[in-house]
Amino acid sequence: MTTLSTAGRGRRQVTPEALAAFARRAGAPLVLVLVLVVGTAAFGGSFAGPQNLRNVALDSSYLVLIAIGMTFVIVSGGIDLSVGSVFALSGVLTAYAAQWGSAAAIALPLAVCGVIGLLNGLLIGRARIAPFIVTLATLLFARGLAFAASQEGNKVYLIPHDLVLTDVGQARLLGLSTPVFVAAVAFAVGLVVLNRTRFGQAVYAIGGSPESAELMGLPVARVRVVVYVLSALLAAVAGILVAAQTSSGLPTIGEGRELEAIAAVVIGGTLLSGGIGTLTGTLAGALLLKVIQNLINQVGTLSSYYQQVVSGVFLLLVVLIQTGLSRRSAEGEA
Amino acid sequence: MTEPMTGTAAPRDNTAPAGDPPGRLPGASRENAVLRQVRDHGVYVAIGVLLLFNLLFTPNFATVGNLRLQLVQVVPVAIVALGMALVVATEGIDLSVGSVMAITAAIIPLYLGYGPWVAVGVGIAAGVVVGAFNGTMVAVFGIQPIIATLGVLVAGRALALVLADGRLVEIFDPSLQSLGNGTLGGVPVTVLIVAALAAVVGVAVRWSIFGRRLVAVGGNRTAARLAGLPVRRTLLVVYVASGALAALAGVVNTARLGASDPSFVGLLIELSAITAVVVGGTPLSGGRIRVVGTLLGALLMQLIAATVIQHDLPDSVARMIQAAIIVVAVYVQRDRGGA
Repeated sequence: MTTLSTAGRGRRQVTPEALAAFARRAGAPLVLVLVLVVGTAAFGGSFAGPQNLRNVALDSSYLVLIAIGMTFVIVSGGIDLSVGSVFALSGVLTAYAAQWGSAAAIALPLAVCGVIGLLNGLLIGRARIAPFIVTLATLLFARGLAFAASQEGNKVYLIPHDLVLTDVGQARLLGLSTPVFVAAVAFAVGLVVLNRTRFGQAVYAIGGSPESAELMGLPVARVRVVVYVLSALLAAVAGILVAAQTSSGLPTIGEGRELEAIAAVVIGGTLLSGGIGTLTGTLAGALLLKVIQNLINQVGTLSSYYQQVVSGVFLLLVVLIQTGLSRRSAEGEA
Repeated sequence: MTEPMTGTAAPRDNTAPAGDPPGRLPGASRENAVLRQVRDHGVYVAIGVLLLFNLLFTPNFATVGNLRLQLVQVVPVAIVALGMALVVATEGIDLSVGSVMAITAAIIPLYLGYGPWVAVGVGIAAGVVVGAFNGTMVAVFGIQPIIATLGVLVAGRALALVLADGRLVEIFDPSLQSLGNGTLGGVPVTVLIVAALAAVVGVAVRWSIFGRRLVAVGGNRTAARLAGLPVRRTLLVVYVASGALAALAGVVNTARLGASDPSFVGLLIELSAITAVVVGGTPLSGGRIRVVGTLLGALLMQLIAATVIQHDLPDSVARMIQAAIIVVAVYVQRDRGGA
């Protein structure tokens, strides 16, 4: 279909395909730079000062972690609605297991959330149930588990302060908090895995066309399972970090996180239909959402509700532009 | 949802009109026929089992008061789920319904000075506007429904909070109270509203041209377009209907509570409504709609929650059971055109 439309309009210098691809790849980073420049011009040091940027970085790091996993899932043609609940569950389990030491506080949430990811993956990859439904069910399940583990939210587990977990979790290096470094490492590893490994290429292939991927002999089901486990584990890491930062685990956190992560991924240029997307875009998308929220806080007169209004409108605008561009490159397909 | 998400290469069940028995494969064995019946009517079986269980083991379950309470509590989800079923039948999804409820709830106290029915009218008009916006994004600009309505979900509730200044407003209005808490011949008014709406939607889906178009658009959009059906208009109507129904749910909720609470009205109701639709036998891949099944799906989830609570089990257990039921319901349906 792409070849046909290119042939039909071969004389144009900048093809719509190229334009659309460029907007997808570079759109979010460019807008991010623009927003940063505008923000600095408007608010000066209170926005661009080190203290505020550190806060934005810390605030973004949890979203970035979750959105990295979401990128893998969406590129593979799926969706993971359960990450917000898994994030909360992981925080509760971290705080709960902290009574047995730091190792347990990290191992327990990773194990439980890994199993939830595995469940997602098996139901989607092997039993072939729609990802939307499976992860909707695990959204309910994980949130239920988080509440059950904390006596219906009546019990808040506090992490003892003399643990390695909190020491490391609340440490700062060059002024930046630990979650920022963890997110940076996860991003770097994710970049290599998605772009430079056989597994990463299989994720793209499966998202592009599961049938072709199957015919090429790719282990479609296995790759899907791994992708959902990865997503759950990254959400779990974010939950452990938030628990370590706040020295407690609350079952109510992370509601709507999955939507924020999906928004970050989509703003970053990843197509929900699968097969196309980049982690760099996701990083830019996540930072954009958080920087915009921060900017609205800077405008003292606006109520914080406008953060959500702007985020929603922004998401719609981005998608509108993306769709407009890619539609021009693939006419005839509604 | 888009095809890649389901990941199945199975041919779509794109022609089965609503309500018809899914008699697809001629000469299918008797065993398959039984299996098909279970698939199609699983929600009836589940409700029956649950009712029987409660009659036997739950004290005071079969009282008029309790049954009425269960019905009243399921009303908002049932209304929203009717609209959601229409959207899902076109292979779409509407995540914005909870935010629409919040917007309506926020609007009602603002216009109450002009009389209760004006306030209700403006509230529902707002739902129509949001629905038209969703529909335009999906039908005209070709944006994936999940993303278009996700944007509205995020922005909509915040808009409602801006409108209401983030506050809960108590409403003392006799007309609204009689709408929310009144009964007619012993049956709550809100339940009668649901019954009337279900009848309208059911008739429209089964016997009107619109119903045929709806199923055709959901089953195979390209074929529907090539056949000359007004695909865009059908999609637009469907999202407007979903918005209007969500707004109505917001009205009912506000009337029953006697308060407008935009922070919490309809929170996460999109998930309950989608669950009701899917458990009721409407596949997410579109091309099929079950109106009665949708209502029963909503009722099933309500009964599960009620059963768990009445047996002194915590709410979290109810969520986990509901999660399991969603997966089982969809797994059972999955062979038919990729649920």
